[in-house]
Amino acid sequence: MKSLAELQALRDQMKNKIGIRHDSDTNIRVVVGMATCGIAAGARPVLQAFTEEVAKRNLTHVSVQQTGCIGICQYEPVVEVYAPDQEKVTYVKVTPEMVPTIVTNHIVNGTPVTEYTIGASGK
Amino acid sequence: MQELSLNVLDVAENSVRAGASLVEITIEEDTAADRLTITITDNGCGMTPEQVERVQDPFFTTRTTRRVGLGVPFFKMAAELTGGGLTIRSQVGKGTAVTAVFGRSSVDRMPLGDMTQTLLTLIGGNPEIDFDYIRILDGRRMEADTRQFRQVLEDIPLNTPQVLSFIGEYLEENTKELLNPPPCEP
Repeated sequence: MKSLAELQALRDQMKNKIGIRHDSDTNIRVVVGMATCGIAAGARPVLQAFTEEVAKRNLTHVSVQQTGCIGICQYEPVVEVYAPDQEKVTYVKVTPEMVPTIVTNHIVNGTPVTEYTIGASGK
Repeated sequence: MQELSLNVLDVAENSVRAGASLVEITIEEDTAADRLTITITDNGCGMTPEQVERVQDPFFTTRTTRRVGLGVPFFKMAAELTGGGLTIRSQVGKGTAVTAVFGRSSVDRMPLGDMTQTLLTLIGGNPEIDFDYIRILDGRRMEADTRQFRQVLEDIPLNTPQVLSFIGEYLEENTKELLNPPPCEP
């Protein structure tokens, strides 16, 4: 059974480590729409997938954030990626299965996954 | 919405936007009375009686960019379909309590779903807010309170990945223990 004593041990372990996220201009922000429309369309597992993928790869310069309704409810789940010196990229109808590809190609290697973006949708 | 935990997430996000510093989420199951009650209580900015009335109307929202707000109406509908209902108590400047009562064994009751993911989403997205989660089954209870976690963690934020994964396991294990208690010693 998990107890608070275990959390204490985790704290002591982490205190000696660097790598706690700091906000700065070089950060990449992944923003997931989490209003009623997003949640109903399946945004929660998408958010979870991003959080897990970023943690797994230990990408300390990437922060996964939540926002309200972006205004294109029919395209939910919607995910926006803001990278420094790059135009914002909007991914639409995102599923958890797409997340590893977006993280690898776009966030790590800098190439947006065009086929998942709003520009490619409906063509 | 396919599970009640998604409604809880959606309605709790309203508490976050109401500027709450503490959000309490209680899920109480009473098998004898065949009832499942979900309460979301916050200390946010509260609503006037008129706003409480209107928030249950799908064609009302405090947003100015569009004219529909479906979060509370969805939750209300989900409760009413099972023979239950939704009530809101709110006071301006004090906070809001939303209570939804469900017929537990009604065929129309959605499954509770993944409350762990709902809580991790709330805590991860709002590390400055405290969440107190209480789950009760026939009088036995489990609780996860971020104020307690915060006290132990000192200056390490609640949304640090390792901390969130601890909270996730804490919730899973304690919920499992509550739902499947170990057999009593003879």
